[in-house]
Amino acid sequence: MAGDINPMEQFEVGHLIDLKLFGYDVSFTNSALFMVVVFVLLATFMAGGLKRQLIPGRWQAAAEGAVSFIDSMVNVNIGKGGKKFAPYIFSLFFFILFANLVGVLPLAILPGLHTFAVTSHITVTAVLAFFSFGIVLLVGLFKHGLKFFGLFVPHGAPMVLLPVIVPVELISFLVRPFSLGLRLFVAMTAGHILLEVFGSFAVQGLNAGFNGSPIGFVVWLGSFAMIIGVSALELLVCAIQAYVFALLTSLYLHDAVHLH
Amino acid sequence: MDHTSAMYLGAGLAAIGVGMSAIGVGNVFGSFLEGALRNPSAADGQQGRLFIGFAAAELLGLIAFVVAILILFVVK
Repeated sequence: MAGDINPMEQFEVGHLIDLKLFGYDVSFTNSALFMVVVFVLLATFMAGGLKRQLIPGRWQAAAEGAVSFIDSMVNVNIGKGGKKFAPYIFSLFFFILFANLVGVLPLAILPGLHTFAVTSHITVTAVLAFFSFGIVLLVGLFKHGLKFFGLFVPHGAPMVLLPVIVPVELISFLVRPFSLGLRLFVAMTAGHILLEVFGSFAVQGLNAGFNGSPIGFVVWLGSFAMIIGVSALELLVCAIQAYVFALLTSLYLHDAVHLH
Repeated sequence: MDHTSAMYLGAGLAAIGVGMSAIGVGNVFGSFLEGALRNPSAADGQQGRLFIGFAAAELLGLIAFVVAILILFVVK
């Protein structure tokens, strides 16, 4: 059958404006374009909500709800001394959420338009994860000094077991940025591949149906139903992954601030 | 068995891990629901822990998926 549909094609980063700086390629790519789109959307959302009316309108109520949602997450998970991390968690959560949602927008039905999921690239998610990890390290070391390494010794662990527990705790600490970045990247990539695969089934089924094999229409109908279902699931995954990223970052910050 | 078929078999075997993590994620939410229906007033306070458990169970499935992708597209 005709149809070499490559499910990985949607993740390709292409140059929009070629730029060189000190011999490095710093071209403006479609990835950068969609980060700008996400930033503009987020800035518009927040700027429109900063009205300080006594009786909030819909927009202001939405922005206030967003802020108080992050505020309560920070209060519950970091506790005392967590207030100053709220802006970071807020930016993290809403950047990831908006990037995920922009990535699944079905704009490809307009010819030439093609959304790009920024968070489906490990370069982006790993940078976010290393930001979180770096903040945890800096906060922990500045606040507790060398006592910060007491994090690797759980309370009440018998001395005999320490040679085993400390390396395990150390590894689980060092793996955090990788698991944080990998989770978001793979969850988004897997969802987009799944959508693309069912999309190619639908196209090829329709082609086969018009070429004289009626079973193609059945395949098309089934694939189309799956696309709708998977899209709904993707919306849920977008929100959950953003929430999990912010939640785990605030938990790690709790460790850094309070040491257990 | 030639190289390519071994590659595809390996990727297929790695996909078992994804299914296993589906069991894990279902277990996390199922157990949460079981507890939440017994004591609904305590359920809201445990939502953070619910998502930590979900994240931990899901990560292993995602890693299995990464292994499959690595076998298919990276390993030559």
